[in-house]
Parts: sequence; C-alpha cells; structure tokens
Amino acid sequence: MSPALPRWADLALIPALNLALAFLAAGLVVVFIGEDPVQAVSVLIRGSLGSSYAIGFTLFYATTFVFTGLAVAIAFHAGLFNIGGEGQAILGGIGVALAALWLDTTHWLVVLPAAIVAAALFGAAWAAIPGILAATRGSHVVITTIMFNFIASALLVYLLVNVLRVPGAMSPETRRFAEGAHLPFMHTMLGHLGIGMARTPMNIASLLALLAALGTWVLIWRTRLGYEIRAFGHSEPAAVYAGISPVRIIVVVMLISGAMAACMALNVVLGYQQRLVLEFTAGAGFVGIAVALMGRSHPFGVVLAAILFGMLYQGGAELAFEMPAISRDMIVVIQALVILFTGALERMVRGPVERLFARRPARAAT
Amino acid sequence: MASAAQAPDAPAIELRGISKSFGPVKANEDIDLRVEPGTIHGIVGENGAGKSTLMSILYGFYQADAGEILIGGKLTPIPDSDAAIRAGIGMVHQHFMLVENFTVLENVVLGAEDGALLRPSLAKARAELTRLARDYELQVDADAVVGDLSVGFQQRVEILKALYRHADILILDEPTGVLTPAEADHLFRILRFLRDQGKTIILITHKLREIMAITDRVSVMRRGRMVATLDTARTSPPELAELMVGRRVLLRVDKGPAKPGDVLMQVRDLKVNDWQGVERLRGVSFDLRGGEILGIAGVAGNGQSELLEVLAGIRPASGGSVRFRGEALALDSVANAEARRALGIAHVPEDRHRRGLVMPFSEWENSCLGYHGEPRYAGPAWTMDRRAIRELAQAGIEKFDIRPPSVDLTTSNFSGGNQQKIVLAREIERDPDVLLVGQPTRGVDIGAIEFIHREIVALRDRGKAILLVSVELDEIQALADRIVVMFDGRISGARAAGETDERELGLLMAGIDPAERAA
Repeated sequence: MSPALPRWADLALIPALNLALAFLAAGLVVVFIGEDPVQAVSVLIRGSLGSSYAIGFTLFYATTFVFTGLAVAIAFHAGLFNIGGEGQAILGGIGVALAALWLDTTHWLVVLPAAIVAAALFGAAWAAIPGILAATRGSHVVITTIMFNFIASALLVYLLVNVLRVPGAMSPETRRFAEGAHLPFMHTMLGHLGIGMARTPMNIASLLALLAALGTWVLIWRTRLGYEIRAFGHSEPAAVYAGISPVRIIVVVMLISGAMAACMALNVVLGYQQRLVLEFTAGAGFVGIAVALMGRSHPFGVVLAAILFGMLYQGGAELAFEMPAISRDMIVVIQALVILFTGALERMVRGPVERLFARRPARAAT
Repeated sequence: MASAAQAPDAPAIELRGISKSFGPVKANEDIDLRVEPGTIHGIVGENGAGKSTLMSILYGFYQADAGEILIGGKLTPIPDSDAAIRAGIGMVHQHFMLVENFTVLENVVLGAEDGALLRPSLAKARAELTRLARDYELQVDADAVVGDLSVGFQQRVEILKALYRHADILILDEPTGVLTPAEADHLFRILRFLRDQGKTIILITHKLREIMAITDRVSVMRRGRMVATLDTARTSPPELAELMVGRRVLLRVDKGPAKPGDVLMQVRDLKVNDWQGVERLRGVSFDLRGGEILGIAGVAGNGQSELLEVLAGIRPASGGSVRFRGEALALDSVANAEARRALGIAHVPEDRHRRGLVMPFSEWENSCLGYHGEPRYAGPAWTMDRRAIRELAQAGIEKFDIRPPSVDLTTSNFSGGNQQKIVLAREIERDPDVLLVGQPTRGVDIGAIEFIHREIVALRDRGKAILLVSVELDEIQALADRIVVMFDGRISGARAAGETDERELGLLMAGIDPAERAA
C-alpha cells in the first residue's frame, strides 16, 4: 500500500498504463513480422466487440475467467497463492458432468443447482488437501496446488478413457447431456425479451459469474469471515492476537477458492460443450492468476480484467483468421505480453507514477 | 592485512563521531569508541540502546550518516561487508549465517573461494582449518554437516569462518544467547585464548555477568549514546547497571495507594520453550490481585515477552499452570486469545505494529480487532454491523483523544502514540478484569505517555488487575505498586514499589539479588 497514490490512480491509471505498454510491445512484435499493427488492433477490437456475435463470445470467455480470477483473488486476500485453479476446475468439470449425466432427464432448473453443488464440492475437496497440508504441516500451497493440477489432469484422462467414455466410442469424452441438462443460452433468453442476438455459447452462467463477483465482494468486505481473512492476509501475528485460527482461515479460504475455480465448469461444460471432454479448461485456471493480478484482487476489478481477457481470446481468434500472418501462436504472445505487463511488471510503472504524484504536493507547497 | 600496517600503540578500532538515524529515530548519536588491540572489549546496553546498529556500521551493513572509522590508526571507509573483511574484521552474528546442509569445510570456504573450481579452495581450506584448530584449539570435524552440529559447535564454525578470512578483530553479537552455560564457558575459554594470541575481540551483550567474567574494558551505551568506557577491573555490576539504565528523571504519575483485592490470576511454575527448544521461561510464579499494578521489570529478552504471550493465550506453555478466578486456563495452543478475551483478560501487546494492529486496516476496522465476533458487532447473517462498529470507534476516538479523529484513516498513517491509543481504547473500553500490557509507551510521545499512564491507573482504581511489562524502569517505578524483576527466564526478585530503588532493581535485572548477598 502506498500512501502517495490516490485511489483512482491505483485502481485505474496504473492498469491502463500497463495495458498501453503491453499493447505497445505487442504492436512492435506485429511490426517485426511485417504486418500493420493499427490494422491488427482494429481487427482485434472489431472481432471482440464489433457485433452481438463477437460480444457473445467475448463474454462467454470472460465468464470463465471471472470464476477462476475470483478464485485466485480470494486466496490473495488471505495471503495465499492458489495456482491450482486449473486442477480445481478439472474436478469441477467432473462434478458437473456427473450431476448432469445423472439428472439430465429432468429439467435444467434441477440440474443447475445440483451441478453448482457438485462442482463446488469437488473443487473444494481438491483444494482442501493442499490447504490442510499448508495449514497443519506448513507445506507451500504454490508447490502443492501446482502438483495437484497434474494429478487432476491425469485423473480426468483416466475417467474419460476408462469410466465415463461411451462404450464403443473412439474419443475420450462422455456422452452428450440430454435436453434436460441444457442451460438457456443468452441469445434464447434475450430472444424471449424481444432482443435479437446472434447464436453464441454465452449462457446463463454469465449471470452466475456476476452473482459470484457480488458474493465475493460481500464475503471479503462485509462478513466477519472476510474481516478475518483480510486480517490474516495482512498480518498473521495480528490475526493470532485477535484469536483468529490460522489453520481455520487457510483451510476455509482454500475451500472457497477451489469451489470458485470449479464453477467455471458450469459455463464451459454444462453451458456450452454439454459433455465432458479432455482439456476443457484450456488454461483458464492460469489466466485467472493474471485476471486477479490485473483486477487487483477486487471482485469488480476481476470482472473488468476478465472481460479484457475475453476480448483477447475472442479478438485474437478473429485476428488469426483475418490476418493469417499473425498465427495462433502470435495471439498467445500478445496475451502473454498483457499478463507480463499487468502482472509481473506491475511495479515497473508504479515507482515512476508514485514519484510523479509525490512531487506534485511538494511543488504546490513552494 | 591490517595488522601489518598497524602502529604499535594505535587502537585496533577507533570510531569518531558516528551517527546514524532511521527516519526520526536516532539509533546512534555521535559515538566515540577506542578498542585497544589484543583486548576483549565489552559493549553493554539495553535492547534498543544502539549496540547492534553500531556494530552493523562497523561491519558495513549500514552506512553511518556522519563520523569516521579508523582501523589500526588508518582511516578506513567501510561501504560493505567485503571492505570490513578486507580490513580484518570478522563478525559472529547472534543468528548464525551458516548453510545448514553444507559441511563445515564448505561453509568456511563459502564466499571466500579462490576461483571457479571448488576443489583447490577446499583443499586449501582443509589445511588451513587444521592449522587454525592447532593454533587456537578450535577442533571441529571439517566434514561434518553443519545442521548436525550442536549450537556451540555451529558458533565455533562461525568463528573459524572469520579466522579463515584473516580476521584480527572479532565482533560477537550476543554470543551466549543460544548457548547452555557449559557451552558459554567453553566459548569464553576460546575467546581468552584468541585474545592471548593477539586478536581483538568485541563482545556485545546485555548480560553484566559475562562482561565481568571475560572483558578487559567495557563501554556502556544508552539510548543511542556512548555513556562510558571503563576498565572492567575497576567497575562493578551495580555501577554498570546504573549506567545502562541511567539516572532518569522520574516520571510522576498521580496515583493514590493501591487497594489490593482478591487474587485474580495465579501463575505457578510457568515454563515456556521457544521453537528451537530453548527454555525461555524457567518456572515463574506470582499472584496478580485486583486493584494493583504489578510491574515486570527486566532487560528485554529475559522472558517477559513470553510470559505476556502465554497469559494472553497466543503462545503455548510447556509446563506450569495459570488460574483465573480459580479456574485453570488452557495453555496448550496458540489459539486461546478469543477465550481469554471472553473471560475478561485484555491484552495490549508489546509490538503494536505486528500484533496489536493490522496496519493497512482503517481505524474502525482495528477498533474491533479480536472482539469482532461479539454480538454487538454482528449484522444480519454473517455480516458485521459496520455502523455499530464505526459508532463505537468514533466514541473511542473521542474518549481517548485519538488524532486525527477519523475512523476511516488507514492505521499506518496515525502516529505511534495515536496507534497505541487505538489499541488501548479497544482493550480498556471493555472494562476487562485483567489487563496485560506490554511496553505501553514505546515509541510514544510525552503527551500520550501521560494519558496512557492515567488510563492504566484509572483502571486499577476501578479494582482491576494490571500486569505491566516494560523495559523502561522509570515507567515501572512510576506506575507499579509491586515490582517483579525477571532475569534469564526466572524471577530474580520481587519488591514493593515504595521499598526499592533503581540501584537495587538494576542489580536484580543483572541477576544479582543484593538481599541474598548481604545475608
């Protein structure tokens, strides 16, 4: 925390500067491969925001990143670095699929709550093991959660190949969920309201993501548990002094964080793919880290950052399509630059900006 | 090395006018010091007197704001520890700087390798270690893994490291803090031997007994200043104690005689081990009555902090018992703080920055820290009633005159005195039966000190029990009705406040009981 910086600069100016730098660097890369960076940016923006189709895809990706971003942000508040979002999301997918396969002859209003509970339970259970190890044995969650990502991935392969695969089918995936487990798409819901929207994977889970962001805000800043989490995250000795049990906080926060990461499967598995496939997480757990960093661990910041990353995903796909010289890998480079500048190099601009602000009142005084 | 250029009568070290500030705190102020070659020179002072800062300047960890350093009569700037080593200075830190999973040999060579390849360096070091072991009687197995060695042997490795780097001047920072008495005796034999071989040794300690036992000369520091340098043979523990503590202007606190009531807290044979297994409390017993202030005096690090933390329920005890109103308190875990508060035992911790407050929180958030689970703060469901908290925080600000009077200000932006008032407002406002207070006025301005003392006395006059731990002897004398002095994890004496004086307390703080000696 720097007393030198006004709140608006901390929340808006610094992320904006970081983003501008990231795009500047990305633009240079585009110039290097002999393409026009201005055109690339316009394709990227048009491809992500230029039509209801583009917006639908952007928000679909953003929904996923809200869940994984919130998961990381909650853990940050307790001073924990949960980078196991990927593995927890995989377990969430398994939970969602099991609930859907079991109940898909009923109605989505039955399936959705069951899927939420299943995802949360599976994700929380997966995060609980590193959490308990950290709380009682002092093992580092960064190490344990990343190892659990690999275990989760292997578990998913095993289940899809040996247990959940449709007998006789070649591909390692579950059967398609029946009609009763299909969530309403955003275009159908808006259609009922008389608003036209192109067909996109965006579904009701986007609203759940907003609710999750709101719930996280309430949890962190309004509840007693949130108060204890923040106290512990800022100062463990002070938390112990206040009678807050570090073991309890670490475990509870990891449970919530794991459950939150797992809920991304509602959007992807239940809302869109309607079956469980390999690699459905597509690195969303890791994008969540960048989203939480860029959103400064604030739920609303996380939502904004998630939308930005949704734009990069969707706009990037369009870019690869329209400008073939800019390959899929280039898109990953651009995304990586954004993560690098907003996450890892965040302090690079902070120093100069702080000095700038520190100098202003001094000048006013003379 | 440095000794080669040394004039025969030049001091090994001469410091002239060394000053060093950290922000507003003057850690060292205009310090002059001469250390003669071939002597053991002690530096004593209470914690925070500036001993470690001074030695860190000498070893190049800090740069002095002003002043100069002469080694062997030659002006020697010491910008970093490499320069200190080149000037022939070696340091044995209080907390060893050893790589635990390396062997003794590897640790000795570390940072002093001759080239990119290790083997020649190690071979040279092995020969050198054999020589050092012969010359200075510092036998240690060169191939033993350091983590397997006892603390005494690890310290020996630290000394060997310094000698391997051709140190002529050895600085030891509180070297006996981690040693058993037998290991300490052995260390002293080594130090005497090193001195007889012509090395110069600086021993930093707050234990007067060690100063008397081993040093040739002794310098006393107090509050960042060098107050005296004496021949050890011509001084005495009482004189040193007095110099350390100082003839302070006695604080006057308006208070009537105490009216001790029932025993509220009974502490019996309390023992505490720290995480290294070192015994920090070695059987402490006392009674705490309502309507009295019991002052715990002592040089910092003699077990007072541990006592306070065990009573407050944030540190487990390893033995003994504590009864509150006749009921035994749980002493087994670090998480008893909430239960203690529920019983009416409040705690103003010694370290308000790390423990007493969450610095990035706003004032109102800290105004309920530890009491945040109370029903009066509860809102609907699991939420907290922000309005109620803020209103009570505002009341606390008015009652305790906290400035600036803003519940929304971030806690780290308050001054030290006002931060302490935030803690006190929170703990006293509940009208606890027992108040445990550690260093209530450390880093607090004079105005706030008076206010805090008045509040503590007012609580006593309401019949409550107060346990006051302070390293400020004048604070203890001004406030306490009864004084217990701690030394080395034990109570070295208990006195009624009116029947003792600084001299006697100073001796007790050094572990010497004048009453026993007279008998």
